[in-house]
Amino acid sequence: MEKEKDNTKKIARRDVVKSLATVPLLGAIAYGVIKTRKKALLSRDISDVFHISSTDAAYLQPKPDGKQIRLGVIGYGIRGKQLMRALGFADPQYIDTLIEAKKNNPDDTRLDAFREQDNLNVVVTGVCDIFDAYADAAIRACSNINREGTSGKMGTAPKRYRTFKEMIAADDIDAVVIAAPDHWHGTMAMEAAKKGKHVYCEKPLTWTVPETYLLHQTIKETGVVFQLGHQGRQTASYQKAAEIINNNLLGQVNLIEVCTNRNSPNGAWVYDIIEGSNPQTIDWKQFEGDEARIKEYNDYMKSAGLERYMGPDERSKFSLERFFRWRCWWDYSTGLSGDLLTHEYDAVNQIMKIGIPHSATSSGGVYFFKDGRTVPDVLQTTFEWPDRNLSMLYSATLASSRNRGKVFMGTDASMEVSDILKLVADMDSERYAKKIEQGIIPTDQPFFTYVPGQSKVDAVTSATELYFAQRGLLYTYVNGKRYDTTHLHMREWLECIRQGQTPSCNIDMAFQEAMTAHMGTRAYLEGRTMYWDSDKKEIVRG
Amino acid sequence: MENNYSKSQLTFLVILRIFIGWHFLYEGMVKLLNPNWSASAYLMDSKGLFGQFFINMTTNPGLMKVVDFLNEWALVAIGLALILGCFARLASLGGILLLLLYTFSHPALIGVKYMMPMEGSYFLIDKNLVELAGLAALFVFPASRIIGIDLLLYKVLPASFRKFIL
Repeated sequence: MEKEKDNTKKIARRDVVKSLATVPLLGAIAYGVIKTRKKALLSRDISDVFHISSTDAAYLQPKPDGKQIRLGVIGYGIRGKQLMRALGFADPQYIDTLIEAKKNNPDDTRLDAFREQDNLNVVVTGVCDIFDAYADAAIRACSNINREGTSGKMGTAPKRYRTFKEMIAADDIDAVVIAAPDHWHGTMAMEAAKKGKHVYCEKPLTWTVPETYLLHQTIKETGVVFQLGHQGRQTASYQKAAEIINNNLLGQVNLIEVCTNRNSPNGAWVYDIIEGSNPQTIDWKQFEGDEARIKEYNDYMKSAGLERYMGPDERSKFSLERFFRWRCWWDYSTGLSGDLLTHEYDAVNQIMKIGIPHSATSSGGVYFFKDGRTVPDVLQTTFEWPDRNLSMLYSATLASSRNRGKVFMGTDASMEVSDILKLVADMDSERYAKKIEQGIIPTDQPFFTYVPGQSKVDAVTSATELYFAQRGLLYTYVNGKRYDTTHLHMREWLECIRQGQTPSCNIDMAFQEAMTAHMGTRAYLEGRTMYWDSDKKEIVRG
Repeated sequence: MENNYSKSQLTFLVILRIFIGWHFLYEGMVKLLNPNWSASAYLMDSKGLFGQFFINMTTNPGLMKVVDFLNEWALVAIGLALILGCFARLASLGGILLLLLYTFSHPALIGVKYMMPMEGSYFLIDKNLVELAGLAALFVFPASRIIGIDLLLYKVLPASFRKFIL
């Protein structure tokens, strides 16, 4: 290279060449950019085959001048506590632990999240639990109207009732929240409705088949506002899933797979036995159940030759295991069907409005938790809707956390629904064939991902968004605020009471849920297919 | 500045400048041409000592618009400047600054996982830092006044501007 000593302004031709030597490279990069641009523009446009709104999930909004609702809570066990927190009431001791946790880790947002949760304008005037420690804790939590720790100022303590019947007779209670064990749901809901109390009842709706009809009828006749505790109804992505189904974007759906995957003693209902629990602090007589219900249960089990699934303990025999871990025995429980299948079924029913299935077939067993339980820890149930050309497979294990998703398999695309929603085009799809051929729609990864709260509905998801979505890092927002679905579900119930509307998981939905679960349970217990006679509205054997 | 570089030294200095410039320009153009692109997802995934600072930025949509605009156009401008050898030393400094920001947001620490798919394995030194070192080398061994528009600028611009080029 020639040395340049002369820095004067004399510009030689050689200098111009050297100066502009790299300019042609811009042409090469422009080629790449133009190609990328073309592809990017092309990729955006699938609106001719994929119609979807950009609206976010809709919720019944509270009215500002709504009246305060006076609540009674029946059952303050694990779920009862969660429900009260969703209403804004937590044990001051629990708040203390959250304050401590925040002190130790500023990133722990649980305290702020709880305190920022909307005020639902309710007061708890009565609590009922048959275990003294739970009742005391319920009083503490429901007096904690300012969401304070133990050093905070408490409000008026709710009255403790020893029996739910005394509670629902009280005049200062407008509505009840039922979080008692499964074998009590139907009775409590019915009795409360008869007293004109509105009812929020934990799932499943019922323990026996006969009470399902009675409860359905009672709610209809009394006209109280009833909500069944499937908080999944509030999941934003389910609303989007329903839109996708309605717009026929999956093609014909013939198979749906849903699952339960848990792998911990807690997930398998082996809950802690609480200190201080004994025959003096637990009202065992009440725990046993309602006489009419027990008779319905006994009658069915005996008539179907299912004595081996009953007990094995006498119902009258006091047992801490059975009190705290009641889900493990059919004597109180509805098993995987009632406890967990119902969540999956209700989600699918919300999305596709499938109603009670034509038939149910089940299999499974107690394969891992050989702790004396009668309820299986592995269960498969297949439901059929021949008139909809649809089959739904539920598979559950309590000894593996492998998730198999909630998957709707269509001829044009399959949809996996959780807190987010992902659509993968089918490689043999007709609807998307042209776009697949053009390379616009991929078939090896989702081509549409819905993440609640993302205002923009982007037809072709970018890699980053996808990674975030897959790991569930983006939260559910309503109008820019993060919400817990249980809170929204209870809010909807309370607003329906105030505004005279019907909640999303109303008694008709609940009836369908209960009958579906009972069909699955009976199919397992009896080892044969159960059918739904839609004329007589009853479960019949094949 | 005198050209004391050997032919091969000069060749590879220019190639290094073009390669880095090419990368910057293409990264910038791709983002610019994608109307839905935003740095927010990347920033939300920030880790390390300064992680929270970048995450906080994403909560301000107005600020993110500015950040996206600056990032996109800075990448394009730096890329163009490096390829053309036009204010190349200034561009090198700008590039170093950008890469430092990326590094602070996504330090290659052991046990830290990022959402973005990353090829290879890194400890402290990742490709951002290698590129940064490349730019630093270009800054101390400038060649744009020998091959590049800076050669013309040097001759055309008044002496007071030359310090930006040299």
